[in-house]
Amino acid sequence: MVRSVSNHVARSILSCDTPQPEHDLRTRMLLVVEQFLNGLQFGLLLFLLAAGLTLVFGIMDLVNLAHGSLYMMGAYFAATFVAWTGNFLLGAVLALAATLLLGIVLEFTTLRHLYGRDHLDHVLATFGLILFFNEAVRLIWGPAGLALPLPAWLTVPVAILPGIYYPAYRLAIIVVALVVALLLYLGVMRTRVGMLIRAGASNREMIGALGINIKLLYTLVFGLGAALAGLAGLMQAPILTVQIGMGENILILAFVIIVIGGIGSIRGAFLAAIFVGIIDTMGRAFLPNLLRQMLSSAAASTAAPALSSMLIYLVMAIVLVVRPEGLFPANRR
Amino acid sequence: MKDKLNARNLVSALLVAGLLLLPLYSQASGNVFVLTLFTRIVILALAAVSLNLIMGYGGMMSFGHAAYLGIGGYAVGILAQEGFGSGFLQFPVALAASAIYALVIGALSLRTRGVYFIMITLAFAQMAYYVASGLARYGGDDGLTVYKRSDFGGLINLSSRTQFYYLCLACLLGVVFLIWRIVNSRFGMVVQGLRSNEARMQAIGFPATRYRLVCFVISGTMCGLAGAMLANNTDFVSPAVMYWTRSGDLMVMVILGGMGVLFGPVVGAVAYLLLEELLSQVTEYWALIMGPLLLLVVLFARGGIMGLLGRLNRG
Repeated sequence: MVRSVSNHVARSILSCDTPQPEHDLRTRMLLVVEQFLNGLQFGLLLFLLAAGLTLVFGIMDLVNLAHGSLYMMGAYFAATFVAWTGNFLLGAVLALAATLLLGIVLEFTTLRHLYGRDHLDHVLATFGLILFFNEAVRLIWGPAGLALPLPAWLTVPVAILPGIYYPAYRLAIIVVALVVALLLYLGVMRTRVGMLIRAGASNREMIGALGINIKLLYTLVFGLGAALAGLAGLMQAPILTVQIGMGENILILAFVIIVIGGIGSIRGAFLAAIFVGIIDTMGRAFLPNLLRQMLSSAAASTAAPALSSMLIYLVMAIVLVVRPEGLFPANRR
Repeated sequence: MKDKLNARNLVSALLVAGLLLLPLYSQASGNVFVLTLFTRIVILALAAVSLNLIMGYGGMMSFGHAAYLGIGGYAVGILAQEGFGSGFLQFPVALAASAIYALVIGALSLRTRGVYFIMITLAFAQMAYYVASGLARYGGDDGLTVYKRSDFGGLINLSSRTQFYYLCLACLLGVVFLIWRIVNSRFGMVVQGLRSNEARMQAIGFPATRYRLVCFVISGTMCGLAGAMLANNTDFVSPAVMYWTRSGDLMVMVILGGMGVLFGPVVGAVAYLLLEELLSQVTEYWALIMGPLLLLVVLFARGGIMGLLGRLNRG
């Protein structure tokens, strides 16, 4: 698994030093807090991805497998622009704009012709887009991955509680994602455009008949989704390597999230994303030890990686079996 | 479906004839590669045909069909590793394992519909993928080499290229025949009826889920056969055969060829894999052409290649 390996590497680079082993209970508590925050951070990142996916699905009824490609493009744009400008923030803003633009172009040229078609057509067409994007990236940036170095001010550990340090960059991800989630909530629930988006989700024909430019609205929503995916990609980029196919693993996670949360529901996506992020991260961190107490150590070390990778799929399967519509189905349908 | 001479049937017949005669061409021209390539194509066509049974006729959009390829393959690989080389043991185990897996995930997945079904089958396939990655004893992530192909006594020698090719082709044609019989049976009619209008079928009194589940298990078992073949063909099985992009490939083959048409997936598999092969000979960046091509098929050629041929006939 690419993610877990690079996560591990990243953790050793980014994370603060592990405290001394003499306070055993305290060490364990710190580890739990740190892993919990890592899970929260990962979950919020997943939310950014899932929010765009669920918006596009809920409003345009489009299954977009290429959403992960937009995430990847966000990361590649960020690595390129940061290297060009030499400024992390400026590069990030440029990358965000580029992904937004790419999303709008993509919607305008191809995806808008897929609305109203069978879901299977969406799967096939966007599968083709994934092939295209992966290959285009290989052509432009080469097969080797890129690194996105962090500026010095983001690499220092920050004291979140007295005695508990957490990497500033991961903290920044949490803050940015929470702010974006809040803005998204306010935007969808409190503004006129948001009202139109919600109206579009509940009855497409009616809002078109009322004289709303539905095509423009769709393009806007898709661009927004693309920008959110790009934001997730560029924020994840310094933690993982920027590489081809990085969007595919995480796309599946995002799908798992919107299925658990209920397709079309942003609130559901938010809660499910945090849930999945924490379960996945904590599972990877603590399941091996837990298993070792129950099984022989050889059996545990074989079973643990597979089991912790399976964990969220297991959760999803259980959720779907118990509540086939997801945990928080969009009540506007 | 009436049997008559139209463009679809003509193409299907020509394709079958071509596949049957291929080893002769390979022998005459000394081109061994083409036989190897087509063995792979025939095996994946078998997988695509099995997917077509649930997707095209049953309306169940499984995005996790590659899991059976892995299960069938690992059944052969693991038994071979443990010293059970007989194909008379390996193949039944591969089929049974696939059937049991299909029964379990089918019973759970068929509670959902539409996109949820696509996603839950995908999730189960990913789980199978991670289980295989965790099999440290059998190679884990790196996969498992099958040092000896399945042994069928004196009956057939799988190490002979031509014999193996004909075995694969016989399996493919056998499965296509079986699907033809299934689809035109009472059972097949019920399953297709459920695709068209579930509420009405239930009102008549057919237990929807039970019929779907049986269909799902049949399809999975057929694909498990393809998996066992594939492991023999590559002498290797790894978690990568279960990765979700492979399930996507199978879906592409079915849709490209023509969903719900008997020979559609065969045509689709041949077209897709040949195109992949040809493009990769022209340019290293073959997917740059393949991707947009798929998009064009979706946008302008509904019903895939068989759909185009059908229109040719009518127009």
